[in-house]
This record gives sequence, C-alpha cells and structure tokens, in this order.
Amino acid sequence: MTTGSLTAGRARFRLPRRQIPVLATLVLLLVMYGIGVSQYQAFSNVQVIFNVFIDNGFLLVVAVGMTFVILTGGIDLSVGSVVAMTAMVSASLLQQGLPAALVLVIALLIGPTLGLLMGCAIHFFEIQPFIVTLAGMFFARGMCTFISGSSIPITDGFWTRMSQERIGDPRGNFVSISVLVAFVVVAVAAYTLAYTRLGRNVYAIGGNPQSALLMGLPLGRTRIAVYTISGLCSAIGGILLSFYTLSGAPLIAVGMELDVIAAVVIGGTVLTGGSGYVFGTVLGVLVLGVIQTLITFDGSLNSWWTKIVIGGLLFAFILLQRLIGIRYK
Amino acid sequence: MTDNRPVVTMTGISKSFLGVRALHDVNFRLFPGEVHALMGENGAGKSTLIKVLTGVYDTDEGAITLDGQPVSFTGPMQATAAGVSTVFQEVNLCTNLSVAENIFIGREPRRLGAVRWGEVRRRARTLLARLDLDLDVSAPLGSYSLAIQQMVAIARAIDIQARVLILDEPTSSLDAVEVAQLFRIMRQLRDEGIAILFVTHFLDQVYEIADRITVLRNGGLVGEYATAELPQLSLVEKMIGKELDVLEGIEERSRRNLAVLEEGTPLVAVSDFGRAGSVEPFSLTIHAGEVVGLAGLLGSGRTEVARLLFGADRTDGGQVAVDGTPSSLRTPAQAIGHGVGFCSENRRAEGIVADLSVRENMILAMQAARGWLRPIPRRRQDELVDKYIKALNIRPSDPEVPVRNLSGGNQQKVLLARWLITEPRLLILDEPTRGIDIGAKTEIQKLVTQLSDGGMAVLFISAELEEVLRLSHKVAVMRDRQMVAQLANDDGLDADRVMQTIASGSHREEADR
Ligand SMILES: Nc1ncnc2c1ncn2[C@@H]1O[C@H](COP(=O)(O)OP(=O)(O)OP(=O)(O)O)[C@@H](O)[C@H]1O
Ligand SMILES: [Mg+2]
Repeated sequence: MTTGSLTAGRARFRLPRRQIPVLATLVLLLVMYGIGVSQYQAFSNVQVIFNVFIDNGFLLVVAVGMTFVILTGGIDLSVGSVVAMTAMVSASLLQQGLPAALVLVIALLIGPTLGLLMGCAIHFFEIQPFIVTLAGMFFARGMCTFISGSSIPITDGFWTRMSQERIGDPRGNFVSISVLVAFVVVAVAAYTLAYTRLGRNVYAIGGNPQSALLMGLPLGRTRIAVYTISGLCSAIGGILLSFYTLSGAPLIAVGMELDVIAAVVIGGTVLTGGSGYVFGTVLGVLVLGVIQTLITFDGSLNSWWTKIVIGGLLFAFILLQRLIGIRYK
Repeated sequence: MTDNRPVVTMTGISKSFLGVRALHDVNFRLFPGEVHALMGENGAGKSTLIKVLTGVYDTDEGAITLDGQPVSFTGPMQATAAGVSTVFQEVNLCTNLSVAENIFIGREPRRLGAVRWGEVRRRARTLLARLDLDLDVSAPLGSYSLAIQQMVAIARAIDIQARVLILDEPTSSLDAVEVAQLFRIMRQLRDEGIAILFVTHFLDQVYEIADRITVLRNGGLVGEYATAELPQLSLVEKMIGKELDVLEGIEERSRRNLAVLEEGTPLVAVSDFGRAGSVEPFSLTIHAGEVVGLAGLLGSGRTEVARLLFGADRTDGGQVAVDGTPSSLRTPAQAIGHGVGFCSENRRAEGIVADLSVRENMILAMQAARGWLRPIPRRRQDELVDKYIKALNIRPSDPEVPVRNLSGGNQQKVLLARWLITEPRLLILDEPTRGIDIGAKTEIQKLVTQLSDGGMAVLFISAELEEVLRLSHKVAVMRDRQMVAQLANDDGLDADRVMQTIASGSHREEADR
C-alpha cells in the first residue's frame, strides 16, 4: 500500500482510443482506393484524386464548420440552405451589376450573421440546436426562392476566372481555386482547434458543459462562436459552389447538411461532442468522394448506390464509436 | 495558529432560495495555515456557504472580506484569480480532455495566442509531482479512477498561487489509502501557509486533520470550536441538535447465524460470473433475509460485481439460479423482473433526474416496474413518498421541489428511496451512505437491517469497513478485480482481518462457518 499503488496502472485504457475512428477511416479510404486501382486502370491517375477534391471542395469547407458545431455536442441543419442562399445572393447581386469584390463581402457576411443569431437563440433562450437550425434551414431556403424562383446564371469576369483557373503540374494534373481555399480553411481550423483557447473550449464544452462552466470557461461565447464559424464556412462553401456551377439555383444543395454530417461522423467525430479532429473530417469527405467516383467508374450502378453505401458506412462508424466506448462521461 | 489575522471573514451571511432559507446570519472565519472543517447535516448549508464565498451565488445580506478588504466575487473564476480556489462537491472536470489540459484549461501558457503544449505538460508534471502523483499527463482524464480525478481537480485548484483552498466533500469517493494521500497533501499545503476549508461527513477525518471546526445547523451557525476542545460526541450533538441514538441494537441483530440463514435454496445463486477486463469469474449465493457485504478498495471491482448481477453489464459466461431455477440476468429488465433493485453509486450520471420533483424521482422505478400503462394512483404515491421522506429525513420535506434544489446528501437519499419503494427481493446498494450525514447514515443502516429482517436480501457495497461489518452476515472481499474471499461475519471477524484479506488474500477462502 505505498502511494505508488494509487497511481500506477490506474489508467484503464492507454491506447490512443480517440484516434481509432480516424485510423479506421484512413484504412477504409486506402482500401477503397486500392479497390479502385485494381479494378479500373484509369483510377491510378492522380487526377482522379484531384477531381475528388475539385468536386467536393465546397463540401469540405462546410464540413469543417460542422465539425466545430458537432464537437460542442450541437448540430447545424442550416448549412445546406445557407450554401444555397449565399450562391443565390451572389448570383442575383452580380446580375444587378454590383462589383465582384463587394458581392464577395456581402455574401461572406450573410452566413456568419445567421449563424450568430442562431447561436444566440441556442444559448440565451436555451432552445435545442436541432430546432433553431431547422428554423434557420427553412428561413434560408425560403430566402432563396424569394430572391428568384429559378436559377440565375453568373457571367461576371472574376467568377468565371475563378471557375476556370487551373493550378497544375507540368504533366497536366490540376486542381481548382476552390481546392486551395478549402485547404486554407482546413489548416486554419485545425490550428484553431488544437492551439487556441477557443478551440480547447470547444472540446471542453463538448465533453461536459456543466464542468466547463464551473471551471470558469466562457460557455456562451464559445457556443455562439461555433455557430458563427459554421455560418462562415457555409458562406465560403456557397461561394465555392457558385464558382463551380457559375450560377445560383434555389434548389441546389438540398439535403447537403446530411452529407456533411455523414462526412463528419465517418471522419470520427463523436455526435455527442468532445472528441474528433478536422483531419478526420477531411478523410470523411474523401470517403464520400471516392465512393461516388467508384460508382461513376463502374457505370452500371445506379447513383443511388452512393446513398446506400454511405448509409451503411455511417451505421458502421457509429457502431464502431460505441464499441470503442468513446463516452468518457 | 489562530493568533494572526484571518484571511477570510464572512459576517452576517444570509441566503434564501425562493423562500427556502439556506443560510441565516452566519459568521465564519478562516485563518492562514489552518485546516478548518465545516460540519453539518445534509442540507445544513455548507455547500451554499461555499458558493456564496466563491461568488456562485450572491448574498442576500452580509459581508465578506479577503485579507481585510471587502470583496464580492462575481464567480469562481474571479475568486480563483484572487487566490480562493474551490473543488466543488461533485468532480467538475472534462473527462474527454487530457490530465494536463484539465489542470490548465482557461489559463494555458500561450505565445501569440497559441497554446504551448510542451509547457502545459511540463508544468502539469511539476505540479503533480508536488502532490506526489505520477500520471501520464497526456492521457485523457477519463482513463483514470474517480479518486485520481479528484486529485487532479485539487491540482487545478492549487496551481494558481492559491491562498485559500476549499474542498467540498473531497473524500466521499476515496478509499482509505487515497484519503491518507490527500491528507498528506493537505498538511503540506497547510504548512505552506494555505488556508484550507474542508467539508466531510466522516468524523474520524475531522479529528485527524482539522485544526478548527465550524458547525452549521439548518442554515444557522451553531459555533466555532478548536478541534482539540470539542469531543466527538458533542460535535455530533451540535450537528444534529440532539443526542444520537446508538447503533448497538443493529450490531446485535446482524449477528444472526449465517448457517441458519443459508439453509434452503438461495434467492440468487450465480456461478462463474465474470467479464473480461472488468471482473474475474466469481460465484456468490444470496439468500432471502441475508445481507452480503462487498468490501474492497476503490477500483477493486465492487461496482462491477453489482453491475453484472443487475444485468447492467453482461457476464461472459456462468450460470444463475433464481429460487433454484436456472434463469438469466442479462439485462436490467430481466433483473428487475426477478425482483432485483440496483441503487447506483453514480447518482449524478445514472440516477437522479434533476428537473423532476422529489416525488417523481421516487416513483420512477416503481412506475417502470409496473409498466407505464398502469399509473400509480396519486394517493398511493403521496403515501409512499411521505413515508420515505420521513424515514430518511429528507429535507426540505416538500415532495414537489425539483431534486436539483436539494443538497448533495439529500439527493442521495431520494435515489435510495426510489429503490426502497419498489420493495425488491434483492436490493443492491452501491455506496448508499456516501456523502450522507451521520444521522441519516444511521437511519439507512437501520432500514437495511429492518428490510433484511423482513426477508429482503441486500448486497451492500461500501468503502467503510465498519459499516459493512455492522450490517452484513457475510462479507465478500474484492481485490484487484477478483473476489478473493467470502467470510462469515461471526465473532472472529473484524476490520483488521478484512483489511488483511484485502491486502494479502491471494487465494479464495471458503466461507468458514
Ligand atoms: N439552487 C437551489 N435552489 C433552491 N434551494 C437550494 C438550492 N441550493 C441549495 N438549496 C437548499 O439549501 C439548503 C442547503 O443546501 P446545501 O447544498 O448548502 O447543503 P449541504 O450542507 O451542502 O448538504 P450536503 O451535506 O448534503 O451536501 C438545502 O435545504 C437545499 O435544499
Ligand atoms: Mg453539500
């Protein structure tokens, strides 16, 4: 009964348990890629991977914002609609002849403002995030059709340049501007979560809000911040989407919030909060992208298979989280 | 020690919650370099006094000074910054974060806004070394036992050049070894000149560590005493306001002959129950009317045994017989169906529904057992609830207050009542007296004896050996997640012998009748 016995061997699981879901996602990704390469010759082309990024850059940005929210134990259902609204507003303002720089600023302000309001509602009135962001989702989608019932094309010079710009290597492989933007967002987010007080408070609140409060952490400020960040990411995602499609359409990105949530969860972030990484989210988005690519390559499979596979994976990953028991509470 | 100037004074403090008077005109002084015990029954106002001091609550009346200067903190953060650190009654840390981060979150060393993790870890290690703890500071806190978490909470509290350290019931979830460790740290801090305010319901601990005692009763001040001048019995009298009836009656009755009790088919007999990584396989029989005590250090697997018997965890193998017929205890629903009740030690996470009223909380298990389609008539509810509020002396006695407004000890009593109401055939009590004052503790012990006399079987888990010995007919001893012995509680058995078995018992002894 020395004091040593108090401390020695008390850690019940030393394994990096919280990393296991991310590692599982990485393995899954490699396996899927392996399957692709072994089945289809063209799959080994680097451009295939680049295309996954090009097609999903906006999704990645939005998923990064969602990661913040889910890490606090919340949820943001408004992201898809905010993406659409941002694209709509941009298209409509450009159509009216506003300068591109001004449009960019306005479009980038709308999302975070809505996020801020939703965060305040969640914090000050203690309303469930699910309900508040559901309302936000309907509101933003409504605004889209209010702006225009049909799709608005974008012909602005800046937008078309952004859309067509290819950044590539001498062998002809390339990525688009939106991929670069997405990478910057990922890097900033990863840094914020790992190295700033805001980021650490996000984890603390997701772990146990009551304790966080008694430890003197700014619960309300952090909560409001994550919804604002999610709103900002959605706004950036909306701009990227409008680069990609060169239009704003009222019914674009319908149901996108669900893809985003799926990507975050497959990326290893626990839905109840407190555990997860931005890097996992990147992997989660890649998994979704590679599934899509595989099914496109096959050609004979209906695109609905994407959904079915994602559903299965989501289920498997939530099961995995349970099994590992990432519930320190 | 008390000849210098007090570091904290509180004068004429009053505090009411919506008409409930929690504190009334209380004076309190705390001197540098002393350990000061704050004593009182459950609901006496100890935690409230602490929360008033640290700014969690505003005072209605009264003044507080720190080093002679009037202060009024807006919250724990500000109090901490002024050198008044608190570890609240329940451990309040984030188990998903690392040990180091739990100590420093909110005031991490930074450079240009970026947390310096190397520095955080280094300082956490230094700090823990000061407390003689050797932990992996980057492991998640949740991977350590509650006791260690408690120590980490203290480390967090003393990091900030604290001059006043407040510990609200830090020992209620620690075992003897860990308490000794904590006291060593407290003495060390005291000798460094820190003033320590300490709340506990264990009288022995008070006499071991405290220099002075302040007693509260029903929100009022009874008095301030030097420990050396206040005999234990008078302390109890001052706390409860009357003389405590002695426990001897209980002692006599529990010595009923185990052999007689264990005639006939056992109520529950399990063999080779176990779960990999949790408890080694064990066998145990419990007869009607028998109280089986489960002794062992914290983390020795006591709770895990209880969870297996209740079906909260699944056993890897083995057999169960209930009333001699083979059955299964694989889910709580099955266990409840067989008349097993389980009062969990983890009241905040697993038991209490804070927003429901006392009555609703008490009725919960009974209602669940009946099925939700057969509501219990309100009259019957009121009858039952009243009975147990009286029996356990729950205060406030109004059954309609939300449980969140009760003091920690009273919440524990409500949880206990919830299971007593269902009148189970086997009641598993995991640390039922933790955080409960001495009067209520006696009541609960009496109740257990009464219930077992009435034919109920009880599995009684407690870190306090005296209590286990007083109540049980048979004591099962756990050590390192293994049931190492089952001892008949006859004249030959005393705390020393059980301690020895805990310390050394490596192989299974049969119940020696
Ligand atoms: N937030 C609250 N709202 C209403 N009443 C409260 C609240 N907090 C405490 N009380 C009441 O104030 C009284 C004192 O409670 P307190 O928590 O200070 O008791 P305590 O001495 O710490 O008891 P214990 O030993 O059980 O922890 C109790 O009657 C309790 O019901
Ligand atoms: Mg208390």
